[in-house]
Amino acid sequence: MTASAFLSQFAQVALALALAPLLVGWVNQCRAWLANRSAPPLLLTYRTIRKLFMKDAVVASNASPIFRLTPYIVFGAMVCAAAIVPSLATDLPFALAADAIALVGLFALARVFIALAAMDIGTAFGTLGARREMFVGFLAEPALLMVLFTASLISGSTSLPAIVDTLAHRELAIYPSLALAGVAFTMVSLAENARIPIDNPATHLELTMIHEAMLLEYSARHLALIEWASALKLFNYSCIGLALFFPFGVAQGSDEWTAIAISVPVLVAKLAAGGFALALIETASAKLRIFRAPEFLGTAFLLAVLAMLVKLLLGN
Amino acid sequence: MPPFYAQLINLFAAILLLLSFAMLSQRRVLSLIDLFAAQGLALAASTAVVAWGTGQHHLYWSAGLTFGLKVLLLPWILYRLIRRLNVNWDVERLINVPTTMLIGIVLVVFSFNLAVPISQLASTVTRSTLGIAMACVMLSFLMMITRRKAIPQVIGFLSMENGLFFAATSATYGMPMVVELGIALDVLVGVLILGVFFFQIREQFDSLDLKHLESLREVEE
Repeated sequence: MTASAFLSQFAQVALALALAPLLVGWVNQCRAWLANRSAPPLLLTYRTIRKLFMKDAVVASNASPIFRLTPYIVFGAMVCAAAIVPSLATDLPFALAADAIALVGLFALARVFIALAAMDIGTAFGTLGARREMFVGFLAEPALLMVLFTASLISGSTSLPAIVDTLAHRELAIYPSLALAGVAFTMVSLAENARIPIDNPATHLELTMIHEAMLLEYSARHLALIEWASALKLFNYSCIGLALFFPFGVAQGSDEWTAIAISVPVLVAKLAAGGFALALIETASAKLRIFRAPEFLGTAFLLAVLAMLVKLLLGN
Repeated sequence: MPPFYAQLINLFAAILLLLSFAMLSQRRVLSLIDLFAAQGLALAASTAVVAWGTGQHHLYWSAGLTFGLKVLLLPWILYRLIRRLNVNWDVERLINVPTTMLIGIVLVVFSFNLAVPISQLASTVTRSTLGIAMACVMLSFLMMITRRKAIPQVIGFLSMENGLFFAATSATYGMPMVVELGIALDVLVGVLILGVFFFQIREQFDSLDLKHLESLREVEE
């Protein structure tokens, strides 16, 4: 463990916390451009979070401690995940604590708590949102695990820094398995981050909500933390995708201060491109009926399994 | 690291497998024909790459034949048939899509397992794609089993022929030209005869649902 390892660990978490709302703002802006609307300001998400932090929180009288604790647990889980995902460097002291499977577990922990909190108050919409979220989650999770297993099969390790190290140092060639896994991962990320084919993040109609329906009872700092956490979730998923499928520019090795300095602008550029691609997908597709979600995520699972099988058969 | 053309063949093999699954899950007949044409295109491209990579020049002919027959002629005939029969319905299936997909995955695992020892015997660069070819054949079988109407079943039959052709290319660099020409003619004539059959079936039962053919009965007076 060198000083630069701790520095890159610290820089990575700080960068995730700082850039996550910007990524959401950037995606919203791209979506507005593509739809020919005037775009909201890029920094709107920061302002919303600041405004929410300054307000007084209102909590329902029958809320249990779970309801108050959930924002902190969800936010904490997302920060931990940001510390594990090798977005800037692969030499991360904290990443030794958890591998790819534990990362999926962290996301599941956040999901379970947010669903519990939504049901805690006892409103109809909260329960509805929680049930839909768990429904989407249980279909998305196996597909995500399969994608991560494909990557681990290639590198022989489930530890994310090791996977990225292996993938970044392979010869430049066509890898059908990684292409399939990449498509599957994109589909899973769309579903997990409540983006358009499954859920509409901009909807105001409670009946069609999934993620938003669970947050209806939250206000002020609780809501701010959850909004920030969902921005972090999008950031984390983007970073996992970039680390697995475009692992170029991630600093490797232990004591290269310059590599870390270079990896920051590279990451920002990759995220900008990824955010634009996300906006493009969202603009080009229509929201699916909730009962078509199993088909969508079943296809993602299928692609991920095929990626693994093709890797086993063709050897690359 | 395999040479570049082998990587390309692997890529096309993966695309073929993906298209088989897409055909399995497709709801509309017209999109099914488009997917069939795409599969033919991938097959022709992969055959051409095999020809280029291994110097087997007779494979250029079969690539051209595949392109002409399976990308242009057969989809055109099928399109015409559908227009003449005036059917644009959604495909009816016996099992729902996710279950079909899961069965498909089981079939893929089965055929990959089956193909690995066989492909050890072959000496071609493309031998590892034999498993994918077998999986394509299996998936086409599954498609023919799960579809109820006549046209999707015929498309399943044609896509099975695609799989067999790919298997021949990957195991032995293709069949002799005479055999290939014979099969191409067979498929063409088969589709033409089945086209006549469609009209007969519709005449008889007022629908193309093949479950009417299941019960054998005497002609009533």
